[in-house]
Amino acid sequence: MRSLSFFFVFLLSLFPILCFSFNPESPTDRRVLVLLDDFSLKSSHSIFFNSLKSRGLNLDFKLSDDPSLSLQRYGQYLYDALIIFSPSTEKFGGSLDLAAVIDFVDSGHDLILAADSTASDLIKNIATECGVDFDEDSSAMVIDHKSYAISGTEGEHTLIVSDDFIQSDAILGETKIEAPVLFKGIAHSVNAANSLVLKVLSASPSAYSANPESKLLSPPLLTGSAISLVSVVQARNNARIMITGSLDLFSNRLLRTAVQKSGSQDKYDKSGNELFVTEISKWVFHERGHLKAVNLRHLRVGETDEPAMYRIKDDLKFSVEIYEWSGKSWEPYVADDVQVQFYMMSPYVLKTLSTNGKGLYHASFKVPDVYGVFQFKVDYHRLGYASLSLSKQIPVRPFRHNEYERFITTAFPYYGASFTMMAGFFIFSILFLYNK
Amino acid sequence: MATMPILPPMPVLDLVKSFKLKTKQQELLIRVSILCLVYILAFITRLFSVLRYESMIHEFDPYFNYRTTLYLTQNGFYDFWNWFDYESWYPLGRIVGGTLYPGLMVTAALIYRILHFLRFAVHIREVCVLTAPFFASNTTLVAYFFGKEIWDTGAGLVAAILIAVCPGYISRSVAGSYDNEGVAIFALLFTFYLFVKAVNTGSLAWSLASAFGYFYMVSAWGGYVFIINLIPLYVLVLLITGRYSMRLYVAYNCMYVLGMLLAMQIRFVGFQHVQSGEHMAAMGVFFLLQVFYFLDWVKHMLSDTKLFQAFLRITVTCAVAVGAIALGLGMLSGYISPWTGRFYSLLDPTYAKDHIPIIASVSEHQPTAWSSFMFDFHILLFLFPAGLYFCFKRLSDATIFIVMYGLTSMYFAGVMVRLILVATPAVCLISAIAVSATVKNLTVLLRSKNKGVQTGSTKGSSSSKAASKALLDQSQPFQKNGAIALLFGAFYLLSKYATHCTWVTSEAYSSPSIVLAARGAHGSRVIFDDYREAYFWLRQNTPPDAKVMSWWDYGYQITAMGNRTVIVDNNTWNNTHIATVGRAMSSYEDEAIEIMRSLDVDYVLVVFGGVTGYSSDDINKFLWMVRIGGGVFPVIKEPDYLVNGEYRVDKGAAPKMLNCLMYKLCYYRFGEMLTEYGKPPGYDRARGVEIGNKDIKLEHLEEAFTTSNWIVRIYKVKPPNNRW
Repeated sequence: MRSLSFFFVFLLSLFPILCFSFNPESPTDRRVLVLLDDFSLKSSHSIFFNSLKSRGLNLDFKLSDDPSLSLQRYGQYLYDALIIFSPSTEKFGGSLDLAAVIDFVDSGHDLILAADSTASDLIKNIATECGVDFDEDSSAMVIDHKSYAISGTEGEHTLIVSDDFIQSDAILGETKIEAPVLFKGIAHSVNAANSLVLKVLSASPSAYSANPESKLLSPPLLTGSAISLVSVVQARNNARIMITGSLDLFSNRLLRTAVQKSGSQDKYDKSGNELFVTEISKWVFHERGHLKAVNLRHLRVGETDEPAMYRIKDDLKFSVEIYEWSGKSWEPYVADDVQVQFYMMSPYVLKTLSTNGKGLYHASFKVPDVYGVFQFKVDYHRLGYASLSLSKQIPVRPFRHNEYERFITTAFPYYGASFTMMAGFFIFSILFLYNK
Repeated sequence: MATMPILPPMPVLDLVKSFKLKTKQQELLIRVSILCLVYILAFITRLFSVLRYESMIHEFDPYFNYRTTLYLTQNGFYDFWNWFDYESWYPLGRIVGGTLYPGLMVTAALIYRILHFLRFAVHIREVCVLTAPFFASNTTLVAYFFGKEIWDTGAGLVAAILIAVCPGYISRSVAGSYDNEGVAIFALLFTFYLFVKAVNTGSLAWSLASAFGYFYMVSAWGGYVFIINLIPLYVLVLLITGRYSMRLYVAYNCMYVLGMLLAMQIRFVGFQHVQSGEHMAAMGVFFLLQVFYFLDWVKHMLSDTKLFQAFLRITVTCAVAVGAIALGLGMLSGYISPWTGRFYSLLDPTYAKDHIPIIASVSEHQPTAWSSFMFDFHILLFLFPAGLYFCFKRLSDATIFIVMYGLTSMYFAGVMVRLILVATPAVCLISAIAVSATVKNLTVLLRSKNKGVQTGSTKGSSSSKAASKALLDQSQPFQKNGAIALLFGAFYLLSKYATHCTWVTSEAYSSPSIVLAARGAHGSRVIFDDYREAYFWLRQNTPPDAKVMSWWDYGYQITAMGNRTVIVDNNTWNNTHIATVGRAMSSYEDEAIEIMRSLDVDYVLVVFGGVTGYSSDDINKFLWMVRIGGGVFPVIKEPDYLVNGEYRVDKGAAPKMLNCLMYKLCYYRFGEMLTEYGKPPGYDRARGVEIGNKDIKLEHLEEAFTTSNWIVRIYKVKPPNNRW
């Protein structure tokens, strides 16, 4: 054991050299720490882990109570992502605790959290911090007497099926998940106050959360589609979190089971779990739906240098480049709904950007007839995609004293009046002085 | 010290005797040397602040003036003229060139240029610091000439001496008080002097000079409105009292027309001379003068008096009717703007309190207390009526002017504390007449060997009037003794005045207010340099485009010293914007954060005096924030912050008060602090109570910096929660 831990420490110290770390240029996660309750999970969930490995991720398996557990060293994070498959852990080993996990997420790293009916307070608290509330009744499970999986062994209807996916190609991929997903675990609900959390897989309206072994005395707190089976959060810093109440969702057993939904004739040789967990893990690890906006530029029409200040009524060109990470390289992102705002407390100009299909988005418009400190703002939030919010401050000044028209046509009567007055005065003076 | 020049020092006399100058030459020499001494005295008495602290800019507004002057010297006049400042009034910005009176900055920049041309490598800050004392010295010269014009050289000299040390003027012209008023009082008095000179001589040249003086005044200070209303009023009074003359006609017409055209060149003033209600009196008097002149001409032409009477009636009625119709149409069409709130509040002292809280909130806009008259004028307050008496006794065009100037400005000085400044020159001049006339009468009495009794000659001095009257009936020796006694009395009073002025200058008016001083437990001076500490921190530790929200008082200082963008500043041109900040400060934190996010606020700065006992902090100003905020946003209600009409911060305070943003920011972590021996923790020394909410938690803000004496506290606005 001692030599093993020594080996681990050695391996850890080599990690930054051995593998690519997460960086803005290639956002896909590379180094993943997997926390387990016991190492048997490595084999019982091997299909999932192998699919991750085959995508080039380095998995570092550790027991959740490993005393050497640490996410960072010398202020640098050692991992890009964290998978917590240790639902019953009351206390992590090492320096890891609730705050450390939250800080990990808040500094832009990803998290997959799976719980089950043995979920500890610690795990539930992590979920709560991310906007997801697990059922408080620790013995409760999701039960569905209508859309359960037909299987020989089960009579409690806790192995349920669901095909109520979120409609987002960015999160779940373009391949449609045909077979329903098998789920066995606890229910959670999304916090209404949290605007960032999304239900990826919801329970059917007939589901409820209760203890399957005891008699139901009072109506269950969580029922129907309020129950979320799998939720994801994309934080404001684009860290991605996936939370589910079922560790079995990832298990080889459910990945390989044939599935038939009760009351349905469709029979599938294999559940939709494998495709589902693979696709969602791709999303969580930034292999899909990650956008970046670069080269925000603005120019006065006819000039080549970016000005430090505009004048009112200037004509300007605005451009920004948006790329999507394909998992290997940055590809141009093509959409027709990217907008730019010229903003000072409220948008004075709101324009849809046109794109050349190669990632460049541009628009040209006239600066409004209002001076002040404006911002170019691109706020692009689309389901499943990394949110883009760029802003660039630019002051707009009024006309200089010599930028007005020198002579105004409408004022010609006044010019005429003053000059005739001058001439008249001159003539009058001559007449007055020399006439006599 | 100020009384010395009246009796010339002995060495000077010796020198004079040895050269055997004629009396006239002697007099000239004495006069010139007195003026030189006064000139120097006026300058050095204003240097207390530099000696006590350092060569620094004082208070609030001067920091803006300093910043703009710096910009002017660095970027040249045209960039200054077109300057759009995006660091203040975020996100609206401010067109600086079009919203300031450039006179002060141009003057300082000019002095700076001249000094550099003469190879004096001074920094612009030193020039700015010493501009006000320099102009105060110049004012003494103007006062001399003005006094000479309205009375005699003696009165001129006394006026120069009085104004050199008068606290009412020193309060705004100590070294470092780099404000418009420092230059403007010089310009004001100079314009008046030139105008009186023009009226006395009827010379077009003097009148032209007064138009230029007026132009300089307009370019320097908004107080020019006083000139453009006082002079027409004076002309009107002369017309009514039958003192109309060709001299007056020339002086006023030339001054008004040219002055108006020149004033229009100042961007901030623009077309106000023809469009604003405040300037309409001058225009009305201008037309009235033309009617007068026309009538005079007609009278000259018509020999028949009856016919002229009829003509007079018709013309006057027509002129008044046309004027009234024009004014009414102008007002209705909106071409002539109505009087501004500031103007109203001058005429009616209660107006601002009811209608414009932002004007009423400024301490220098408060009605003047009697004590501050005494403080600023000292014996001048008693000499003033005496001088008026002398003026009335020898009524001329010039004395009528100074009487009117004195009376109107005294009224305004009673309305607003800061306008004591405007009254000071008039008070000094009129008092100088009193002093000069009294002393002259007394000395004449002393010198007259065997002449008859000069009745009524000593009536002037108010302090000795009764005594002198009693003495007058006595025989000659007693009269002489009495005169000597009265002279000594006068000198005693004047020397008292001098000591008072020096004391006031050194104790009260030389504090820069950006650096605070207090007496320590052992009598030593303790310096609180927290403001500069905080601004320096801002400058060094925040991103260059960070936006700082504070109450508007500190806006100019933050931009000038901290070099950071502010939301509102001391140029209170946008009441709504200030009210928005007031609303944020008086809301609960979660409501305030919405406002702060909408304004892109990065830092919040509050001034807190609870630790040092500094009473003009944000908690004491807070009710004005509530009032100004509530004036625009009725959700903020003043009674919510009061308990039975009482403003308190202790346990009995209103719940909204205890939880509003300002309270939280000021008292954050203050509950743990022991400020005074024998008092509970969280004892607020500025208000002398234990605070009511000691357990303050901040949700959306975090403490970024607190200065060593807690006077300035800076908070950072946290970014939105990452996961929510």
